[in-house]
Amino acid sequence: MTDALLTGADASTEVPLKRRLRRAERTRQVKALALVAPLLLFLLFTFAGPIAGMLWRAVDDREVRQVLPQTIAALASWDGKDLPDEQVYAALAGDILAARTAGTIAIAAKRLNYALNGFRTILTSTARNLKAAPEPGTARETLGKINPAWRERATWTTIKDASGPVTGFNLLSALDLTRNADGAIVAAAPDQAIYRDIFARTFLISLAVTAFCLILGFPVAYLLATLPPGRSNLLMIFVLLPFWTSLLVRTCAWIVLLQSKGVVNDSLHWLGIIDAPLRLIYNRFGVCVAMTHVLLPFMILPLYSSMKAISPAYMRAAASLGAPPLTAFLRIYLPQTLPGIGAGCLLVFILALGYYITPALVGGAADQMISYFIALYTTETANWGLASALGAVLLLATILLALVYGKLVQGQQVTGGMKN
Amino acid sequence: MVTSAPALVRFSGIQKTYDGEHLVVKNLDLDIRKGEFITLLGPSGSGKTTTLMMLAGFEVPTQGEIYLAERPIKNLPPHKRDIGMVFQNYALFPHLTIAENIAFPLSVRNTNKAEAQERVKAALRMIKMESLAQRRPGQLSGGQQQRVALARALVFNPQLVLMDEPLGALDKRLREQMQLEIKQLHETMGITIVYVTHDQSEALTMSDRIAVFNDGIVQQIDRPDALYEHPVNSFVAHFIGENNVLAGTVETVDKEYCGVALAGGGTVTARAVNVSGAGASTSLSVRPERIVIVPDGTSGEGPNRLPARVQNTIYLGDHALAVLDVCGNAEFMVKLQPGAHRGLTPGEELFVTFRPEDCLALDPA
Repeated sequence: MTDALLTGADASTEVPLKRRLRRAERTRQVKALALVAPLLLFLLFTFAGPIAGMLWRAVDDREVRQVLPQTIAALASWDGKDLPDEQVYAALAGDILAARTAGTIAIAAKRLNYALNGFRTILTSTARNLKAAPEPGTARETLGKINPAWRERATWTTIKDASGPVTGFNLLSALDLTRNADGAIVAAAPDQAIYRDIFARTFLISLAVTAFCLILGFPVAYLLATLPPGRSNLLMIFVLLPFWTSLLVRTCAWIVLLQSKGVVNDSLHWLGIIDAPLRLIYNRFGVCVAMTHVLLPFMILPLYSSMKAISPAYMRAAASLGAPPLTAFLRIYLPQTLPGIGAGCLLVFILALGYYITPALVGGAADQMISYFIALYTTETANWGLASALGAVLLLATILLALVYGKLVQGQQVTGGMKN
Repeated sequence: MVTSAPALVRFSGIQKTYDGEHLVVKNLDLDIRKGEFITLLGPSGSGKTTTLMMLAGFEVPTQGEIYLAERPIKNLPPHKRDIGMVFQNYALFPHLTIAENIAFPLSVRNTNKAEAQERVKAALRMIKMESLAQRRPGQLSGGQQQRVALARALVFNPQLVLMDEPLGALDKRLREQMQLEIKQLHETMGITIVYVTHDQSEALTMSDRIAVFNDGIVQQIDRPDALYEHPVNSFVAHFIGENNVLAGTVETVDKEYCGVALAGGGTVTARAVNVSGAGASTSLSVRPERIVIVPDGTSGEGPNRLPARVQNTIYLGDHALAVLDVCGNAEFMVKLQPGAHRGLTPGEELFVTFRPEDCLALDPA
């Protein structure tokens, strides 16, 4: 028996063993895959797919190409320095007539109007006034007579820029940038440049909310981690309570509390502390209060789990070695909670970046965050390209943050954070 | 040797309760002399760790006062006591390197950099770990972590070093090696060490004196050999070393010795250590190595000669044990020379004898 085993091991070189191992592993891997497959498929169709589609929409630019195919083809050889030649005008006239019949003029007009304000009028008036295809050689004159904009180079540059099939136009707009008539990237006109401010506001509000959550959550997490089990369980229920209530209900509760005839103002007035109601809502203050309340558990839970892992012996050791309580806290306890602080801050910050309902309900016009504008462009103005571009920029910023955090945490794990 | 120098630590009438209902430490009076290695020994829940924690400042006595170098310290916070402590699980700070861990007590005392560096180096040399100074605690073995914890507790020259079962997590061989190292450190540095353990052999190996705790009371404080040879009650006799117990009733008391009628029949003469007088019930204690086996039929009537039946023999390498049934005690152990157990067969009838001075009449267990 033993001999047989030995010879078997000798005879079989490494390869069959490896193959056998792989075969054994493969069965397990297939089983594991089968277990996650339903969720994976679900996520693929409901999450990954739509996101990829959204990202694609940010650069997708085929509307003008579909409506004005001959014009785009004719413009391909245009150098962009002077007005295009007669042949391009003729192509445009043909396209417009065809599009009018098909009823697709509005699609191209909407897209071109994003790039050059007033383009909608140019295109629709031309479509209305162009009775029939102009005589050969008179297309430029005819169109120029209908609308003088056709004699301007910028009009044509706009069409060429919008010729697709992909464009950086929306992404540039999302960063308050645009291309000038020469194709160089320049700052957008001041009346169009709003998104950097909104991004800055979004990041600022998120940062403030993260800071408030950390300040309020840290002591609670500490208490949770140090109280005896019975009382800490009760406290944990209070911390988790908001999770069991609808986000909308919680936000509306803040409206009831903070409005000018609300509970807080009435109480302060009744106590004689204020004469006129304070403005506590529909401003930045209200947004920060409501968002901090909603996001607090996301800060407390990671903090709690990192604190729970810190043995009380460390603080005792520090005290026995001569460290006063504050020194022991700052030099021994706090550094060991850093992974929890990092995780909590990242979680709250990223969640806050995408907040929509709460600022929309309790914020003023100047407190709307980027997701409000994304929603606006998708539901109100149907400018999916710009909405997608804003979303893409936000996603990119979030991914960058997550990567930075990942690096930091990895560093932590290599250098310490081990328990004994 | 007794109380010539003033005690470095004095527990005076200490009581401690956690729940206000029963006392974990009952009326503790204990003096610890300078330079002494004293061990608090006892089963878990006996109050030894609570006593240590009160000395370290992590627990406050419910009643009484603790003096350190004549100064009352009951209300002094731990970080002002100047007491080094080695914890059960080492409690090395995981986010600091070994060198930073050892430097911690110096840096919180604002020792100047050059001197601190020098002392950390010396401490690392003492534990022979200079090459590992930049490692993190998680990268060290248990024994190495224990050494670092020791160095960290000694580096700031505290008046007193407390050790709370510091070797409990190590394997046997390493534990014995560390026992000797700690003992050596104690001797070369002349520090005062209060050591808590539930391992009696560890206590016997290392201590100058041992305080045996049970049920919140110090049962006996004495040198290791005195504890072993002259236990004052049956708890101490039973807790320190192997011990055979025979129950009986005191019949006569004659100065140091008494005659005891055994519950299982027979009479023996024993040293009267802890008996109230004739008629009192007592429990006799005899060490396994003080007993001699006499084959059946051998002549000679010693004072303590009891019939026995062999139950079993156990071979232990450097010695062997015979398990006998003596006067109803079916786990009566006798220590034998290695090899001698081969002469015994289970069921064999024979006699055991021991000298009266090796048989202690103690309080009934």
